Amino acid sequence: MHVESEIHFRDAAAKALLDPQLRANFRRAMDGLISKRRAQFPDPRDLQDLRDLSTAIRSRSLLNLPDLLEQLEASCRKNGIQVHWAETCEQANELILGLLQAKGAKTLVKGKSMVSEEMHLNAFLESKGIEALESDLGEYIIQLDGETPSHIIMPAIHKNKDQIARQFSQKIKDAKYTEDVDELTAMARKVLRQKFLDADAGLSGVNFAVAETGTLCLVENEGNGRMSTHVPPLHIAVMGLEKVVARLEDVAPLYSILTRSATGQAVSTYFNLISGPRGTGEKDGPQEVHLVILDNGRSRIYADPQLRATLRCIRCGACMNHCPVYTRVGGHAYEAVYPGPIGKILTPQMEGVGVRHDLIHGSSLCGACAEVCPVEIPIPEILVRLRREATHEDAGSKVEGRGTGRTATEDWAWRLWAGVLKRPTLYRLAAWFATRFGKALPTGAPLIKDWTRTRTKPVPARRSLQERMRAEGARHD
Amino acid sequence: MTNATADARSAILGRLRASMDTGPLPGLDTAVLERRAWPAAERVVRLRKGMEAVHTEFLDATPADWPAVVRAFCDREGLKNLLFGPASEAGAALADAWTPGGTQLLPYDRPVETFKEELFTGVDAGFTDTVGGVAETGGLLLMPGPAEPRLMSLVPPIHIALLRASTIQNTFWSAVKSLGWGRRLPPNALMISGPSKTADIEQTLAYGVHGPKRLIVVLVQDLS
Ligand code: SF4
Repeated sequence: MHVESEIHFRDAAAKALLDPQLRANFRRAMDGLISKRRAQFPDPRDLQDLRDLSTAIRSRSLLNLPDLLEQLEASCRKNGIQVHWAETCEQANELILGLLQAKGAKTLVKGKSMVSEEMHLNAFLESKGIEALESDLGEYIIQLDGETPSHIIMPAIHKNKDQIARQFSQKIKDAKYTEDVDELTAMARKVLRQKFLDADAGLSGVNFAVAETGTLCLVENEGNGRMSTHVPPLHIAVMGLEKVVARLEDVAPLYSILTRSATGQAVSTYFNLISGPRGTGEKDGPQEVHLVILDNGRSRIYADPQLRATLRCIRCGACMNHCPVYTRVGGHAYEAVYPGPIGKILTPQMEGVGVRHDLIHGSSLCGACAEVCPVEIPIPEILVRLRREATHEDAGSKVEGRGTGRTATEDWAWRLWAGVLKRPTLYRLAAWFATRFGKALPTGAPLIKDWTRTRTKPVPARRSLQERMRAEGARHD
Repeated sequence: MTNATADARSAILGRLRASMDTGPLPGLDTAVLERRAWPAAERVVRLRKGMEAVHTEFLDATPADWPAVVRAFCDREGLKNLLFGPASEAGAALADAWTPGGTQLLPYDRPVETFKEELFTGVDAGFTDTVGGVAETGGLLLMPGPAEPRLMSLVPPIHIALLRASTIQNTFWSAVKSLGWGRRLPPNALMISGPSKTADIEQTLAYGVHGPKRLIVVLVQDLS
């Protein structure tokens, strides 16, 4: 069955390319991130060693994944953290709603969590009458405008300060118009401090979960993550099931390569290790901590030995910062929670390779992503694999939507091609025509049109290689 | 666990187990972490450089005079009050040395619920001890708990932290090992490298977004 892609990355990308403001915003930001990252890795040997170590740690975690998840659950329980499991985003949303309702919670402050974006948690809670407020400054900025993140680390990177200044002056009560970044930050601080103080519950993501100690690790610069997890009486953490690692020792190199790859920082302002709710004698901290472990297609990705590498990802965003496509079209063109190269391999595997084959093909396979990825995920190889999956139903494949990206036109084109190649006379005839009349084909002819939209038309040589070889007397041996 | 989450648990674990393979685990070569090592005096310099680069301020002190250094800072800044943990060793030493008048010492000795509003709006600074530092990148290691509540280093606009030079480790990795954090952790432990910051508006750094606007390290020179 062929599923028509409802979303067209190509069209969205073409639109984005025509927006000079957007392109300038991304170019500036990405150039900064690229050079800051480079400065953090002055020694190529150290970088390679650290990548190898990080890759090995993540691979080991995945090899032991079910055992580690059970160990994590047991350690968390021992620490007083309650653990919940959800197969789908709907289940996870209901679960969180249940936890909030049990406490009569009406307001939730959120630290940054991409998994909660995956779940569309905010919209779900709002529909149930619970206010879900983003507190990471970037997330807060885009939430004010009802937008989605355009980058997994810097969600508001598509906006410049004039746009934010205008937005704050319109949407924040009593705010005056200013383009001063310190003043804008101070405005958000004022609003959000009150929210932290009043919130009934806090929600966070998890960067790494340590099986041995039952610890949730949170990396951040702003302090909103600590506010969300320590101030309200209830803390709910959500994580994708791949986030677990065996020991805290393993987290150290991952953390180091994460901050350096992501924002070019040697270290983040805060590295917060949460191993339980308020303990005996403690005067603050949440009374309850809950951990929600979400699958949402990950166990299916896990089932394939090659595609499993996708789950090594530590969400640093370096692949997008270095991607020639992402840096030009920005994050929104992907119309997916995870944009850029990681999104191109993750989204189709979650939503189906047929419905999102636009993403699988929106890449030149240049390999810049794999070159910078701290855990050496072979993104181009996975893209090629997914391209095949989209049009074939191979035995043993578990890929979501496999074979559904096949179109009749493409099928016929390949059949025609194969037919011509298999028949020497036909091939020679076709080659003769192409070399003599190929030049005369109009740029706007079907199929050629798609190619020539952004490129010059290829002109066939006047004589085919075979003809020239024959003329020059070359023989088969 | 409700039925739904128990079902989800067994379904998820079942799927993962069905696809688990029993290959050898890749080895972990930690040489790259072990290479990051410096003599004690150099560790102090590195930590300071790393943290100053992200706007942390340092005050030099000796094992004997640090309470006076804290006091002098508070007076100089005209702080109304300073939140501290009276049950912690450093907190008790600070209280002992505190003379009446000027900045008032405010003990954090009751559940936050009883003074949350005041904590958010009426406290100028918080004072905490540390359990170590990290030379490689710059960073303080803290273990909040009953004696030093979590919010002391987060909510007040200024955080003053006491750091002994002798407790500075090479890397976060070596610190985790020598502090035994890998075996057991208190409900909260953390590393702090500077005042709260953001670059979410046009990549421009702004300090003091949600947490402290200033981080002051009182560095006790106790290396022999
Ligand atoms: S795929 Fe690699 S580079 Fe991209 S976000 Fe994940 S870890 Fe970072």
